[in-house]
Amino acid sequence: MDESVRKAVLGAVPSLRAFAISLCGNVDRADDLVQETLMRALANIDSFQPGTNMSAWLFTILRNHFRSEYRKRRREVEDSDGRYAESLKTQPEQHGQIEFREFREALTQLPADQREALILVGASGFSYEEAANICGCAVGTIKSRVNRARTRLAELMSIDGVDDFGPDEQTRAVLARGGE
Amino acid sequence: MTERKPVGQQKPMETAETRNRKANEKPAKLSREVQARLGQQLRNLYDDVVNQGVPDRFTDLLNQINGDGKKDEK
Repeated sequence: MDESVRKAVLGAVPSLRAFAISLCGNVDRADDLVQETLMRALANIDSFQPGTNMSAWLFTILRNHFRSEYRKRRREVEDSDGRYAESLKTQPEQHGQIEFREFREALTQLPADQREALILVGASGFSYEEAANICGCAVGTIKSRVNRARTRLAELMSIDGVDDFGPDEQTRAVLARGGE
Repeated sequence: MTERKPVGQQKPMETAETRNRKANEKPAKLSREVQARLGQQLRNLYDDVVNQGVPDRFTDLLNQINGDGKKDEK
């Protein structure tokens, strides 16, 4: 294996894991999914086009594998929201914010398609076009899912206006000036 | 053009409930600030995992594949 390929693959692993956890809702299963993804990817490394985005390629493989593998176990997939919620509850409150906890809980309540789109665009740093390629859908579909996800999150967190968001008075003042 | 049709089935009469639902389904315009805050929360969550780096099992896996060509898929 080419050293640059190996580096690119390894470099994508942390982000792949974060994405896999959001799909599986379970760290152990997510790591198995990442491992299976890497083995598939490396077995088919010839089909990777040098110069294109290695990360996006791996994300696509991971997502497709997840979809085909877990479609059979539909009940488990449907339960994944509950598991996701559970896996998040075990995380320490590193950020020490009520708002952050509320956010995590709200995220578990999003439909899987919306959460996936939001994470790809909002956290993994993919463009709408890349996210659409990864999910095998139209760019407009991704945009719509991301918008719905954001709106739903704001609703779930009861953000009616900027005043409701953020305990920090100074931030609030700044936000109030710019918001509606 | 402020109204959107509800996504679900339509009811002949508009009740308070359907009005509320409609309001909820209207793509609320979130301010940039709210979007920025939501985005920051999302990245915090994601980066908690990303910052764990590459667990040994994956480094080992790649080394193994590197060493003996292709590893058999189970």
